[in-house]
Amino acid sequence: MIESFLIIGIIIAGTILLCSYRAVYGPGIFNRIAAANVIGTKAIVLLVVTGYIFERPHFIDIALMYSILNFIGTIIIAKYLERGELCTS
Amino acid sequence: MYVIDIISTLFMAIGAFFMITGALGLLRLPDFYTRLHATGKCDTLGEVLIIAGCMIYEGWSLLTIKLFLVAAFYLFAGPTATHAIMKAAYVTGVKPWKKGDDRV
Repeated sequence: MIESFLIIGIIIAGTILLCSYRAVYGPGIFNRIAAANVIGTKAIVLLVVTGYIFERPHFIDIALMYSILNFIGTIIIAKYLERGELCTS
Repeated sequence: MYVIDIISTLFMAIGAFFMITGALGLLRLPDFYTRLHATGKCDTLGEVLIIAGCMIYEGWSLLTIKLFLVAAFYLFAGPTATHAIMKAAYVTGVKPWKKGDDRV
């Protein structure tokens, strides 16, 4: 069963490499934010699968934390680019 | 036990297929909005399917509940983040791609 986790992990790492092209060369800031959001999503799944590969499944706590951080970071950057400032009174 | 391994591997394989589809859409599609159309759906579905495969492999324990929390949170958070980025781009003035334009 470890082999299937290993193959899934290698596939996800390959897709992270594909998406990092758009994060580096993408025209404009919005393509880069979208690529960073996608890379964050794939990193959550890669953390869970890595925990099962190393037989240490408590990596899931880190994955839960990282999903919340990824969501909040994306929302804050989108709102900042939309308004031009963060705290409007 | 053997059947559970096969079912969880099947779920994770379908999830990996959706993740590859999202990555190819992010690379190949011609515009910002179409790229978000590809990634916003494929990544949500792929992530939830891979974590569902891990839940089936794990059985009933505390880790299953944590995996369910990760999947359920992302099922809300992913489309919300995609909508926030897309609304920010629309308000800022990114033009949608029409047929015959150059690829941006």
